[in-house]
Formats: sequence, C-alpha cells, structure tokens
Amino acid sequence: MPQYLMSVWHDAEYEIDFSTPDAQRQAAQVSAFNEELQQSGSWVFAAGLHPASSATVVRSAGGEVSMTDGPYAETKEQMGGFWIVEAADLDAALQLAGRAAAACERPVELRPVHG
Amino acid sequence: MTDALADVFRREAGRCTATLIRVLGDIDLAEDAVAEAFATAAEQWPVRGIPPNPGGWITTTARNRALDRLRRESTRGERHLAAHRLHIDTMDPDHKPELDRLDDFVEVVGDDQLRLMFLCAHPALAPDAQVALILRLLARLATDEIARAFVVPEATMAQRIVRAKRKLHDNHASYRIPGAAELPDRLDTVLAAIYLIYTEGHTATAGPALTRTDLASEAIRIGRTLVELMPDEPEAVGLLALMLLTESRRGARTTADGALVRLSDQDRTRWDPALIEEGHQLVRACLKRNRPGPFQIQAAIAAVHADAPAEESTDWAQIVALYDQLYAMRPNPVVGLNRAVAVAEARGPEQGLAALADIDGRSLERYQPFHAARADLLARAGRHDEAMAAYGRAIELSTNPVEADFLSRRRSALEARR
Repeated sequence: MPQYLMSVWHDAEYEIDFSTPDAQRQAAQVSAFNEELQQSGSWVFAAGLHPASSATVVRSAGGEVSMTDGPYAETKEQMGGFWIVEAADLDAALQLAGRAAAACERPVELRPVHG
Repeated sequence: MTDALADVFRREAGRCTATLIRVLGDIDLAEDAVAEAFATAAEQWPVRGIPPNPGGWITTTARNRALDRLRRESTRGERHLAAHRLHIDTMDPDHKPELDRLDDFVEVVGDDQLRLMFLCAHPALAPDAQVALILRLLARLATDEIARAFVVPEATMAQRIVRAKRKLHDNHASYRIPGAAELPDRLDTVLAAIYLIYTEGHTATAGPALTRTDLASEAIRIGRTLVELMPDEPEAVGLLALMLLTESRRGARTTADGALVRLSDQDRTRWDPALIEEGHQLVRACLKRNRPGPFQIQAAIAAVHADAPAEESTDWAQIVALYDQLYAMRPNPVVGLNRAVAVAEARGPEQGLAALADIDGRSLERYQPFHAARADLLARAGRHDEAMAAYGRAIELSTNPVEADFLSRRRSALEARR
C-alpha cells in the first residue's frame, strides 16, 4: 500500500509549553488520532521534533565531513513533527491529513513516499 | 476525409483517452496509444473508408497498439510497468485484468469520462493545472493550442501539464468517481474548472481578441457531457445553462471591428434564440428540483436578461432578488459588485454606489471590473471628477486591449460632456 509523509509545520521559534490548555488539548487530540491510526492499520511511524534551532546540518564532500549549526533552510516555518502513514490512495491520504491537521491544529503537508 | 477525421477526433478522442487510461492505468501510455491510433486512421481510412463505429475502432486500435508496446517493453520487467501505472482500485499489477475484454469497457465509456473529469479537477491540483489537464486529456487540445489560449509560452504549459500528471501519478491518485459523501465538494471543483475554461474563452485575459471561441465551445461541450453523465446534479445543469445563455449574446458583444458592446447597448436581435431557448429550458428544469446553487442562480439571472426584448424592459427587481440570494450563498466581493450594479439599475446610481461602498473594497482594489462599474455609476450620478479618476484606474488595470479601448472611449465621452 502507498505510504505518505504527513509533516506538521510550526513557526521556526516554537517552544511548546505543555502546561498550557492549548498544548494539552492538542496533545490529547493527537494521541487519540494516533490510536485511531494504529487501530485502522494506517500507522507506520510518527514523531514530534525538538525546535529547528537544535538541528545540525552535515555535509560530505570529497571524503571531508563538515557541519553547520541550525536547520538546512532558514525559513520562518519549520517542520515540527511528522507521521508516516499507509493509505489506499491520494483521497484516503488527504482525508487522514485533514484529520491530522485538525488534531494538531497546524498546517499539515502531505507528500507521497517514493516506491 | 481530413475533415471527417478531424470530426471523429473532436468527438471521440477525449472519450477514447478516458477509457484507455482506465484500461492501461497510465495517462502517458493512453495518450500515446490514442495518438498512434489516429495516425493509423489517417493512413487507412482514406483507402478503406471510415469504419461504422469510428470511436470503437480507435479504442480497439489504441488498445492493441498499447499492448504491442507493453509486450515489446516487457523485457524491462513487469515491475517496471507496474511502477508506471496510475493507481487504480481494480488494477492489481500482478494480473492483467480487463486488457483483453474490450466489450466490457466500451459499455462504460461514459463513466470513464466522468472519472477523467474528477481526476483532472482533483482538488490537490491548482486551478490552472486542473484546467490545463481537462483541455489536454478531455478536450484533447494540443499543448501549443492550450498555451496560446492562455497566452503562456508553450514550454510553460507543457511543464504545467507534465507536473500535474506526475503529481497525480506519484500521489497514487485513484481513477474513480467520488463516493456520495465527498461528491459535492469534488463536483464543485469540476464545475469551477469548466467555468474557468468558459470564462477564459469568453473574455481572454490577454491576446488581441476579446473572446477565444474555441475555448468557450470546448467548455460548453464538456459541460454537456457532464450533464449527460450526471443528469441529477442541478448545479451541473445550471452551469451548462449559464454558459449557453452567456454564449447566446456572443454575436452582439462586439462590433464588426472587434470593439466591446455593453449588455445595455447590445442589439438583442443578434442574440441566438436557439441557445436562449435551450438555456431557459435547462434553468426551468434545474430550479424545479429546488436545490438551488450558485450556478443555477447565475443562470436564472442570465435568463431574466434574455427574457427582455429591450434593455428598458429588464426586470431589475427580479435580478436584484436573485443577486441577494446568490450573495447570501457566496458572500464574496465579486458577487457583491454585480449585485450593486443591479441595484443601481433597479433603484438608481446613488443606491448602487451605496451598495458598492458596503463591499470590502480592499479585496477589489486591483479588480478592473470594480473600477469600471464604479466609474460608470459615478458618471451617471453626475460626480464627474470621481468618475474620471475611476476610469483612469480601470484602464490601468485592463489586461484585455478591447476592454481598455472601450473604457478609454467612455472616459473621452465623459470629458467631452463637461
């Protein structure tokens, strides 16, 4: 069955304070959604990420590895988490993405996985 | 013979392509196969005559050509072919379904076209990509024709089409008719895309002529097919009625030298009575179902205009009532603008200007028809200086030279009067 990446987009400088009612509501919604995914067999993997400022970019050229501090793209929005799901087709995947966006209350980008 | 072949192409190519996409599960393969079948027809028909069922002949030939090609390329492996297939519910890459059951699929040809419409107008595609795909796959226009119609370089249009096809393929878009729950939303996208093709044909955004007749007639042809396929969808009927009633005025919309004539100044004897009659019948039929929607209401408005033998006898009160209904359904500034113009006709220019002022003007700041309408109402209300400024803004924003010329002439006439 085709797999899709559903990524969640945040402001670059987010810092989730899990004590706020908003964050608690979203966390509850997301775990309910995760459970649904697992029960329906759509679940492959999911993870929330630390802020983009914690990222390191590593490059390899001519056997030399170099590193730079921070995310690859210096954009105002950064990926804050993602799911990998299985869905029958694009419409089924879009439906999951819609529910994901409702659960985390943020925009979700859907992209098909190669192969 | 060339004409006969062109005629068959016009009528059958979209249908054959739709069927071949389902059978082969691959858009590009289907397009190539249909093109090859028409090339074969161009060689054989002049010698052997046109077969009794030209569409069936093309479909069979295209299928056989595609099968030949699949066999030739089978050294590249079944997996490779399967990877090139569009995802299809019924298509399991491990067996070869349907490929040898031509009779079965010829019968559901109508469904194939509907599937193709929903695929082309998939909401995950941008409107310009939807329109490009519909024209390419359903109307079978060549890429350079579509590019000319939208006044973009051919390479740009080619890239747009390739990207859209690729997106559908990579995302495993299904070739199916949406289920009842999702149908209304998906149908709205299909209707909007068809109407976009029509309006582009009706008032080209660029290029020397005001209209692109070929695009308008393609949109009507596709709209007719949709109504045949979904006769119980009143909005589909409403869209067709709207296009036919708008089309009925084509002959009167421009002068012999191509200049624009406003609705109020048109020679109504040049309106096409057959199109009006057909449009009227459709409006009556869909309104009877009592499931009103934006296209049905716009068609009803066009029908009220068509009813008036002269501009003075237009039932403006009825038109305002219909716009009120439309505005309640679609409270967007463009509908508000049209409503304000109708209010001005029914209750005078000052009332119209008041209705214009109620619309959120920021969203219309760069919308040429807003400034053109405002200029006209200001002129009629005797507010000449403001009218001159509004004409200036409208001319600045015109992308169609015929419209710009019309507005310049209105402004000169106003200046001469003071």
